[in-house]
Amino acid sequence: MLRHRIIPALLLLNGGLVKTTRFKAPKYVGDPINAIRIFNDKEVDELMILDINASKINAEPDYRLIERIAGECFMPLAYGGGIKSISQARQLFALGIEKICIQSAAIDDPLFITELSKEFGSQSIIVSIDIKRNWRDNPKIYHASSRKSLKRDWLSLLSQLVKAGAGEVLINSVDKDGTLSGPDLKLVRLASEAITVPLIAVGGISSLDDIKYCISAGASAVAAGAFFVFHGPHRAVLITYPKYQDLENLFHELA
Amino acid sequence: MSQTGYTAPGIHCHEFKDLPIQIGIIDLGIGNIKSIERMIIKSGGASLIINSPIQLSRVSKVILPGVGHFDTGMKKLRQLGFDTTLCELIEESRICLLGICLGMQLLCNQSEEGVLPGLGLVNAKVVRFNSDQLSDIKVPHMGWNVVKPTRTNVLIPQSFEANRFYFVHSFKVVPEDSSVIIGETDYAGNFCSAFQQDNIFGVQFHPEKSHRYGSALIQRFIEL
Repeated sequence: MLRHRIIPALLLLNGGLVKTTRFKAPKYVGDPINAIRIFNDKEVDELMILDINASKINAEPDYRLIERIAGECFMPLAYGGGIKSISQARQLFALGIEKICIQSAAIDDPLFITELSKEFGSQSIIVSIDIKRNWRDNPKIYHASSRKSLKRDWLSLLSQLVKAGAGEVLINSVDKDGTLSGPDLKLVRLASEAITVPLIAVGGISSLDDIKYCISAGASAVAAGAFFVFHGPHRAVLITYPKYQDLENLFHELA
Repeated sequence: MSQTGYTAPGIHCHEFKDLPIQIGIIDLGIGNIKSIERMIIKSGGASLIINSPIQLSRVSKVILPGVGHFDTGMKKLRQLGFDTTLCELIEESRICLLGICLGMQLLCNQSEEGVLPGLGLVNAKVVRFNSDQLSDIKVPHMGWNVVKPTRTNVLIPQSFEANRFYFVHSFKVVPEDSSVIIGETDYAGNFCSAFQQDNIFGVQFHPEKSHRYGSALIQRFIEL
């Protein structure tokens, strides 16, 4: 049967790989090409590269770096960060990217998702939404490029974006980001009930059990950053990925 | 270009016997050509991007990739004149053809996704993954799944414990004659994930995105 996908999500900042904690304090974890070679050797299911600065400073995607990254990937590769136009998307696909991840532009204009999915097929369009809980513990959409929480209802935005043509939805818990403290399973459950397309859960993953819980809560795929790049209590940089057999056993427990 | 360094194409070919075998990749503008190119090179071959049917005479092995809508794919094939040329070359056994994903579906007679007839090279139809089946499966079928060879064949690698490949598709191929099936995959029931009819091959998954499993398959295609 179809395997749930386990996806390393790597953050780009000024050409280097970083890992944030609650979207802050980016810590340098290494050279992207080197890291991606290791992930390729470990035969990861899929890889996601997100440029966390491109939208903020209104910059173009770093095409040269992305092309080099794509050249190392013999698995599906998704890129996100600073994509605002069809022509940018076309350029990215031509470099050998399979999927693009849209956040700011999707929140600002859901019709952009419709245009993209018509042009490239919805299977290649991931919509990514960051969720931050407010002081009342209510989930709110976090607009990362302006660093503000939005008033709009997050679940209706999700269904609106799926209707607009998103092929997958990525839900990122800002409060859990980089904390290795376990996922926000309530968010995962609510999101998976609200949409019909595959859900990628990210934020807080610290163990294979966390991955299992996310899948039980309805996620089709689970992405993680810190879990795959840090090791031990002092967060030493060490790139890891579960063995195929360990993941097989994990999914066997679920069945 | 210096006069001395110039060699006309096609001359002195015998001097380059060690050159990797060139695989043609038909570029319809609707697939990830770059990934296929990279996988061919990684697997020991060389690639030639083919934009017009006339270039097909330069290769003996051809990959027809593609993602997207069935009718869009057929329209592109017709516009560029590949439909008749491909059928002729196959008829004359002059090429070995491998369809990937939508490329596999385009080799069939027809698809529930569109109204245009397919190339009809393989007697099969393309149907949607049933939403009214017993289990509530998500469509598209997206992710890694196992391909079980249904018989010994020249394409699907036999050396791995599990032949796992990356899939993204909402429609599946149903051959009229099940003897063309060389690989099956389970997604709410077994479906045909690879077929072969003489010199025509089709795979529903993406070998170019399937690590060493895909590389082994491409290598076998190169070495056919």
